Parts: sequence; structure tokens; C-alpha cells
Amino acid sequence: MLQTDQYIINIGPQHPSTHGGLHVEALMDGENVVDAIVHLGYVHRSIEKIAESRTYPQFVPYASRLDYLASHLPTLGYCQAVEKMMGIEVPERAEYLRVIMAEFSRISSHLIFIGSMAIDLGATTGLIYCLRDRERIMDMFEMTSGQRMIASYMRIGGIAEDVPETFYAAARSFLDDLPQMIDEYNGLITGNEILQCRIKGVGTLSAEDAIAYGVTGPNLRACGIDYDIRKAEPYGIYDRFEFDVPLGTKGDSWNRYIVRLEEIKESARIIEQALDALPQGDIRTKVPRVLKPESGWEIYHRIESSKGELGYYIVADGGNKPYRLHVRAPSFINLMVLPIISRGGKLQDIIANIATLDPVLGESDR
Amino acid sequence: MEHWFTDIAQALVNWLMGLGLSAGWADFVLLIVQWLCIVMIVTINVIILIWLERKVSGFIQLRLGPNRLGPYGAFQTIADAIKLLTKEDIIPSRTDKWIFMTAPLFFIVVSVMLYAVIPMGDGMQVVDFNVGLLYFISIGSLSTICLLMAGWGSNNKWSMLGAMRAVAQMISYEIPLAISLLGVVMIAGSLRLSDIVVAQGNIWFVLLQPIAFITYFIAATAELNRGPFDMPEAEQELTAGAYTEYTGMRWALFFLAEYTNLVAVSALCATMFFGGWQGPGLPSWLWIIIKTYLIMLVFMWMKWTFPRIRMDHLMSFSWKILLPVSLANLVLTGFGLEFFKWMGWW
Repeated sequence: MLQTDQYIINIGPQHPSTHGGLHVEALMDGENVVDAIVHLGYVHRSIEKIAESRTYPQFVPYASRLDYLASHLPTLGYCQAVEKMMGIEVPERAEYLRVIMAEFSRISSHLIFIGSMAIDLGATTGLIYCLRDRERIMDMFEMTSGQRMIASYMRIGGIAEDVPETFYAAARSFLDDLPQMIDEYNGLITGNEILQCRIKGVGTLSAEDAIAYGVTGPNLRACGIDYDIRKAEPYGIYDRFEFDVPLGTKGDSWNRYIVRLEEIKESARIIEQALDALPQGDIRTKVPRVLKPESGWEIYHRIESSKGELGYYIVADGGNKPYRLHVRAPSFINLMVLPIISRGGKLQDIIANIATLDPVLGESDR
Repeated sequence: MEHWFTDIAQALVNWLMGLGLSAGWADFVLLIVQWLCIVMIVTINVIILIWLERKVSGFIQLRLGPNRLGPYGAFQTIADAIKLLTKEDIIPSRTDKWIFMTAPLFFIVVSVMLYAVIPMGDGMQVVDFNVGLLYFISIGSLSTICLLMAGWGSNNKWSMLGAMRAVAQMISYEIPLAISLLGVVMIAGSLRLSDIVVAQGNIWFVLLQPIAFITYFIAATAELNRGPFDMPEAEQELTAGAYTEYTGMRWALFFLAEYTNLVAVSALCATMFFGGWQGPGLPSWLWIIIKTYLIMLVFMWMKWTFPRIRMDHLMSFSWKILLPVSLANLVLTGFGLEFFKWMGWW
């Protein structure tokens, strides 16, 4: 009998497929994973601490640095949290534009997910196709806010600026081309036999484990649990739109992929309805220049980000800066299940699991 | 045009014998000249291929590919080669130095050795072995050892994993590769590559042996460590697999050897299944170049479209699908041949 030994291999923090500075310490037995330990903190920028030394409106650009792949979503969450605390009403037009931007962010984030999953599985061409289409969303963001990736477009009490005339045509043409794009992804990525072998039945997360660990977002819905904050606890004007919540059945990597692919279509439906119903009017209410919530006020507000439940917990102390701001980062919590879904798999499955959990390290390390 | 190269060789031998050399020595000098030619062919091919691969991948990925240096970026590879040559040659301190340093050298030598038996035109073959195919397959399998040396010598877990994958993969795919080629050998009745080419005068073996061709093509992709079977390198998992610790020219030698292998395997595919250098109109050496490049384009197409297969799927695919299929093909070919002879059609 040959004497064999287990060994530790460090995936990251410098590694092509760790989506930033993720470090997975894998205990291996040959090609088989015995255990995987996630080490975080390589992208820590102390955003929560910075919030304590910035006034309420000043924190908005920092929020967009949390999830830089869908930057409208974290800023939306933060602005809504402050508005809820201060009791600020947002004009209709701003609400609709917020929804449009948030859903475009979701689409762009999911496009990055599909592309990066493809490249992590070795299909380099898949990434380029997704980036090509994400580029059009980035152009729209540039059109509206002047920034492509980390657009701090949301403001407390509304949005920064009204959209230009050219935006409508760009948005409509993107939505028109979307089915064609998805067909292309299906041909290149979804339908590929090798890819299906790689992710079907891999990284299976049971519904009980998902709930026990607090997994949210597409990762939770892939386990078959119908929980979408846009439906369960509608924020903004989400209760006015008609959309479905795509669900998986098994909770494996394949389901996580399909759920996100379907969510792109649902987001497109929401944008279409919002564009149709978009009213004229103001884009921002008058908000006092200095926001001073009373001492002892606190708020927890959560939205459905592209990664899951993104929550802001803000405690005020009577000053113009938050006493404490905590971000419930979905990426951070979703990553915690990586060890349990990777155990017993192969080394290559860890990479597939990281890709399909879709963490953004900027958000998880904060 | 047809006999350009053979005429030059003949003229060289005649000139040498005119100087008073015996026929044996003249042949020896010719052999050295032929080897130099092969090294030149390999180098030129690799320069063209790297450019082509970038252009093809650019085309597939909606990009332009290199387009700055020279017409259509043709000189980009040369610039890259100069960059690699002038880079610092880093040898990590904990490596097994001799194994680490010699692995790329062995790899390139082994790949160039493959060219000895490839018929590059009518009468254009360095050595026309009577067991040429056997020579090709056995030399081809030596590259496994070079990858193992690189992985072991690097003293790095990623390299080691890459090397172990390379060994497992290449050993398992060698078998279907050889067996699929046996079908062709049975029909041609010879292991001599020039005989196999001549035997395809009327009909290409790809039509007689379609199953063998498909098995050969898949096994060859795995042998070459190209996508979707690029397990030893596996950039997204193993960073660079067996090549992780290599820099500068040593890394470039691996690269060179991989492309050299690609040309050799494609040329063998053209020889075994597509009538080798035979073809109407154009000179024979041009035909083999055209066929080889078309086959290589298919290899590139595959690499840039498919995701990477998983290691255990890779192994089970070889042992459970490719091997039985190629064995069945062998049996079928045997029965078919006997049947044809019995009917008096062969």
C-alpha cells in the first residue's frame, strides 16, 4: 500500500479565479478536497469606520464602492435607509428612475457573473461576449451619471440628475436585443456539454443549510426557497411591477447559474414596465443641507441586491454623522457556505463553486 | 516547383562528392543540413502559429488581436520573443536545479525529434523508417516525462498537481491514440509513413476510418494539452500548472515545444487520414502545409470555444468511452478487411 498524505494548497489571495482578494485554504487529498477554509479581509477598506466620519450625504459615493459590479444597488439601499430614518418622501419620477437603474445594475452584475463563471471554467470566449453586452449598460450609466462603474447616482431624496433624451432609445434597444444575447449565451455557455458536466450536481447546497447560514439572493432561490425582498417586503415602488421570481430545485451550481440567467429576463421585464410608466416631474425633493437624525434613532433597511439581502443598520447620535453604520453584506454571508459545498469535491469544483456563489470581495471585506 | 527541395538536396550531395567526400559522409552532411532545416521550419511555424492563434482567438472573441507591430500585427511574436529572451532567468532557490533547468530543453528536443519521420512532401522525409509510426508515438509519449520533470523540479504544489495531471492524462490518452491509428495501419498494411501516404492514392483514410479519425483527434488534443484538455496548465485553477515557476526563455521553450508538438500532431493527422502530401495541381510540400494548417485551425477553434473538462471526467472519458470505441473500431476494421478480401474487392 502506498503511503499517501494530505496537503494544504492555498488558492489565493493571488490567483486568477478568486474574484479579487479571496484566500481559500484547501486541505487536499490528491485532487479531492477534504476541507476548505475561507480567509477574508484582503480588500478591507474600513468603509464602515469611514462612515462614522462622513456626513450622511457624503457617504453615498463610498456605498457604491461596496459592490462595484452593481454600484446603483448599494447606493440605493443606503439612500433609502437614510430616507426611511428621516421620513423623506421621494418624487415619483425619481422612484421610477431608481428602479430602472437598479435593475440595469442587476443585469450588469449577472452578466459579469455569467462571464466570469465561463472563464473560471476555462471558456475564455464566454467572458468577452458578456462584457460586450455589459458595455452597453455601462454606456447608459455614463450617459446618466458621467461614471461607468462606480456611479454615485442616487442621492438622499432622489437622484443626482435627470436622464438625457438619448437614454430612452439606448435602454429600449438594449432590452430589444436582450433575448438575442441570451440566445447567444445559451449557445456558447449553457448548452455546452462539458460545462454542464462541470456544474450540474456540483456544490449542492441544501435548503436547510442555506437558511441556517443565512444565505440570500439567487443562491438561496437556487435551493428552491421563494424569498425575494422585492416581493417579500417591497421597498420603493417594487410592489407596482409584475415579475416572477425564478427558482431552482437542487441548489447546485447549475441551478445558481440558471436562476441568474432567468433573473436577467425578469429584470428586463421590470425595466420595460418602468420605462412605460415613467412619469414627468421632479427628480429630487428638498432635503435639508445638514441631516441630523435625533440621538437614539436607528434604522435597519434592506434591499434585494444582485448578490442577496443587502442591509444597512444605521445608529444616529444626534450629530450630522452616523454613530455606527453596519452593512449586512450578502457576499460575505454567502461565502461562508463555500466549505460545506466544496467538501468531497475536486479542486476544480472549488473554482466552480466560488464562481457560482458570485461573491464581490469589495462588499464582503468592506 | 514540385522537386525544388529534393533537387537542392541532390545538388548538395553531388557537390560534396565532387569535393572528394565518400557517399556516406555526403549523406551525413545532408542529414545535418536536414536537421537544421527542421529547426528552421519549427521556429518559423511557431512564429506564424502564435500570431495565428492570437488572430483566430481575436476573431472568435470579437477582438482585433495584435494589430500594432507590422502589417496585421505580424511582428508582434518577434517582439515578444525578444522580450522573453532578455528577461531575467529566475531559478527559485528551493528547486531541484538540474531537473528544473533541463526540463524545457528536453521538451523541445523531444518535440523536434518527432519531425524526423513526417513526410513533408514527395521524397521529403529525413528518415523513412519502416516503423515510422511506432517511432512517432513513442517519441511523442516522452514529453510526459518532461512535464513531470518540470512539475517535480519546481518544488511547488501547483506545479506538482499540474505535472501529476499531465502524466495521468497523457498516459490514458496515449492508448486510444495508438489504437485508433492501428486501424489505418491495418488497411495500409505498413507502419512506414510514406507507404501509408501512397496507400491513400485513391481514397483518404478519413472516409474509410471515420471513427478512428474522431478518436485520434480527441486523443491528440489531450496529448497536446490543449483546451478543452489543458489540465496541466489550467490557468484558472492551477495558475499555470507545471509552468508556474518558469520565467523568460525557459518558459518560452515550453511554449515553443507545445506549438512544435501541435504542428507535428497535425501533420501526422494529415498524413494518416487526409492523404498526406498528395493532391492535385500544387506541389506536394505545399499540400501538406495547407492540410496541416487547416487541421490546426480546428484545434484552435476547439480551444477557444470549449470550457475545460474536469479531471475525473477526463479520465473516465478516456477509459470508458474512447478506449472501447477505438478497440471496437479495430475489430470492425479487421472483420471488414477480411470480408472485402473474401468478396474479392480488395
